[in-house]
Amino acid sequence: MKYMNKSIEQLHNLLKEGKVTSRELINESLELSHKIQDKCNAFVTILDDAKEEKITDNLLSGIPCGLKDNYSTKGILSTGSSNTLKDYVPFFDATAVEKLKSAGAVFVNKTAMDEFGMGGTGTTAHTGIIRNPWDITRMCAGSSAGSAAAVAAGVYPYATGSDTGDSIRKPAAYCGIVGYKPTYGMISRYGLFPFASSLDHLGVLTRNVKDAAIVVDNMKGIDKNDMTSWDSSNINLTKSLTGDVKNKKMCYIKEICDINNYSNPSDELREHLENFMKTIEKAKELGIQVEEESVDQTLLNASPAVYVVISCAEATSNMSNLTGIVFGPRAEGNNYEEMMKNYRTKGFSPLIKRRFIIGSYVLQSENQERYFRNAQRVRRLLVDKWKELFKKYDAVILPVGTGPAKKLDGSKDILTKETQVLEEHLQIGNYGGFPSITIPNGFINNLPVGVNITGNCYDDSNVLNIAYALENAMPYKNQIAGGEE
Amino acid sequence: MGYLAKIGLEMHCEISETNSKVFSSAANTYSSIPNSNIRPLDMGFPGTLPVVNKEAVKMALKTSIVLNCSQPEYMYFERKNYYYPDMPKNYQITQETKPIPVGIYGHVEYECNGEEKSVRVNNIHLEEDAASQDHLFDVSTIDYNRAGVPLLELVTEPDFHSADEAVSFLEHMRSVYQYLDISEADSKKGQLRCDVNVSIMDENLDENNPKNWGTKVEIKNVNSFGGVRDAINYEIKRQSKLKDNGEYDKVVQETRRWDEESQSTITMRSKVDALDYKYFVEPNIPKFKISKEWLKEIKESIPELAYDRKKKYINEYNLSEYDSNILVKEKSISDYFEKAVELGCDIKQAANWVNGMILSYLNYNEMKIKDFFITPEMLKELIDLIESKTISSKQGKDVFYKCLEEKKSPKQVVKDEGMMQITDENEIINIVNEVINENESQAKTYDSQNPKALDYFVGQIMKKTRGKANPSVASKLMKEALEKLVK
Repeated sequence: MKYMNKSIEQLHNLLKEGKVTSRELINESLELSHKIQDKCNAFVTILDDAKEEKITDNLLSGIPCGLKDNYSTKGILSTGSSNTLKDYVPFFDATAVEKLKSAGAVFVNKTAMDEFGMGGTGTTAHTGIIRNPWDITRMCAGSSAGSAAAVAAGVYPYATGSDTGDSIRKPAAYCGIVGYKPTYGMISRYGLFPFASSLDHLGVLTRNVKDAAIVVDNMKGIDKNDMTSWDSSNINLTKSLTGDVKNKKMCYIKEICDINNYSNPSDELREHLENFMKTIEKAKELGIQVEEESVDQTLLNASPAVYVVISCAEATSNMSNLTGIVFGPRAEGNNYEEMMKNYRTKGFSPLIKRRFIIGSYVLQSENQERYFRNAQRVRRLLVDKWKELFKKYDAVILPVGTGPAKKLDGSKDILTKETQVLEEHLQIGNYGGFPSITIPNGFINNLPVGVNITGNCYDDSNVLNIAYALENAMPYKNQIAGGEE
Repeated sequence: MGYLAKIGLEMHCEISETNSKVFSSAANTYSSIPNSNIRPLDMGFPGTLPVVNKEAVKMALKTSIVLNCSQPEYMYFERKNYYYPDMPKNYQITQETKPIPVGIYGHVEYECNGEEKSVRVNNIHLEEDAASQDHLFDVSTIDYNRAGVPLLELVTEPDFHSADEAVSFLEHMRSVYQYLDISEADSKKGQLRCDVNVSIMDENLDENNPKNWGTKVEIKNVNSFGGVRDAINYEIKRQSKLKDNGEYDKVVQETRRWDEESQSTITMRSKVDALDYKYFVEPNIPKFKISKEWLKEIKESIPELAYDRKKKYINEYNLSEYDSNILVKEKSISDYFEKAVELGCDIKQAANWVNGMILSYLNYNEMKIKDFFITPEMLKELIDLIESKTISSKQGKDVFYKCLEEKKSPKQVVKDEGMMQITDENEIINIVNEVINENESQAKTYDSQNPKALDYFVGQIMKKTRGKANPSVASKLMKEALEKLVK
């Protein structure tokens, strides 16, 4: 590996100075793609015919990257890692893809993911299990598993992701890299295969905060095709990374971070939370005030159920367009109803079908009040609570998950009701559409763990700047899984 | 004992006057080439998103105001989920009554057989139309051109008591949509479609008490006003007969369809089979505020409607109901007439010209009034020329055709053709004398009791002036001269 371990700025300078060509970068990235494909099964498609791009003043020009396979790419297979779209070649680009193209980015692969983003393990892609490059017996988490594995393994400096519950930020933590989802609507959703429209975000996985800022600066912008997008032309994330965080304020939540809140904590969990407190100390050393806040445990406990109800409801409806009639591999049948039924029965994995059933159930008129509408109310309460915190603090800082990446065979899983909130609290960032970034903050048993910083809507610059300062105070920036070969 | 019918309507009207569809950028034009006006959203391709057409919302709000409904503070859309080939997303973006749609709880005054009636409007909402389907012998074809066309659905309370009332209301609304420039509202193009619900109750009971209402039967997809009339009459008869025979329990709450061929309603599905559409707020369309300023602006853009214009024509202009009806039938015609009146034309004359010569010319030539050469200004010229007796009314008709033929104003035609009437008495007296001299013998035997005798002499004047002499002046002067002669 000569170049792909470097940051976007470093590569740009090398390209500008003529020390390396876009072609050479692409070749290296493609070679690494095949290697990581063998090791981690991270891709749906490797674009061996990727063409070099002209080097311009745009930092992304000529540099290889990966796109999650739920991004619609014109003329390139886009499956969402589902059998239902295993042959689907879109005739239009997602807005974000169009923007990256015009920045001169080179797409070298489409990364595998949990089917349509509906999973947190990276094990439900139609192309098989995606493995963690730090330890292939472990998962990457999901759903942006392929993107996380590839960036962590040093295939390229960045890959795009999407995040409905924690699908960028959790895999980033498990793979020891940076995962950033900006404020809802900062990046247009046009051309992203929808999972749950009110929760879906686009974002990026990188190995340092500045790269994340650079990429999102190039993906963001108001889009006439997405009514939920907004004008962020006055925001320059890259330029806002000053590293000056004096007098910033953050809080963490006692109910989530206090080890005493867990009746029978594993060593891993204990270590993870201790490590988190070390990061808090680092933040304080930087001049950030960090305080402990308390949030009603009952409200927190309701969050995972809220997620299931809302995301499944929206997903059921969003994915009704998958019938195999207009696009996708058409199924046999004596009439259109049979064709749809056969296509959907065969095409979707059992996990997704379960979610569809939940979604339909909670939307039925006799159930809607009890489940769907109540879930929306609790969502509102959680968002209001976080907004209240943002009145006092620049950001909420919390540990990601209960520790490092889990074993794929499930042998080390200790899922209890008690740890569920710790495992899933990143969802709150989706409920409110908050800017949220995960950065690596240490190792447990030689496996990376992450910490998350979430701020108020439209305050992306502030959130990224805090993450940037904290990242520089820790030795995990730009790390590559398994070291650099 | 008789029965009282209670009839409610769901009237769907396609908005035909926006440039693009309601949530996609595909053109909103009628095309005979199937599947030519479509964008990825209309086919439900993954990742496509709806974008609300502001013009369609404006038109919907306009209608809402005309229906005396209340308008929402915030605009929401909802998803209605169901699987059907005419809707590739397999959900329709529409509006439900909670949160409130573009209009709720209004009322409309309309006329039925010369009587003023009122109907309550439950709501009006904006939604997307589905694709159109043709069921052929062994295949069905789908044309997605219609998918996503903006559609207004108006739901009335069951306030109609007869087919006449229901159809009069539909005709009233068709005119409203046309006057508001929202839709051609042409049922031949499938732009108007109705669902009708009918129930009967004993006529001696209080209809304001829902307890007295009968079982409601819904008839779906009635696509012409004639069909609405026939379906209602059929359904009233069917239900009455069952009730007469003591078999009212056979009237069940169900959805039927109107079958043109057999001229009857046929069961489609019963209430138990009703679909659960699992409505929820469309997450891809953020709620947006309807500002008071915008509503005010929309309100001010609403023209005087046919119903009010007709009243004005009858009560203020003293026109007959017959003439008024013709004048208000099309807004462009009525606008033309009103412009002529505004320019100072004699109202009666203007009405006669518009309803007579102009409409028959337009109809004969299948022409729209906007393409008609004679402007209201020119019509005023023509009427003034006649009024001032510069030309005779018979000449007026010739001038009318000459204007159209030669693309000239009436004044120009009259000038070029030398059609000015001779009204100068001195000039005419000279001619009178000439005629008498030339016909001395007849003049001397003139019999004032014989009108035919005068006609002959006046005819001679006309001959000499090639018809330009003002007939009444000529007649008056000739009569005087002859009487003087024979006295």
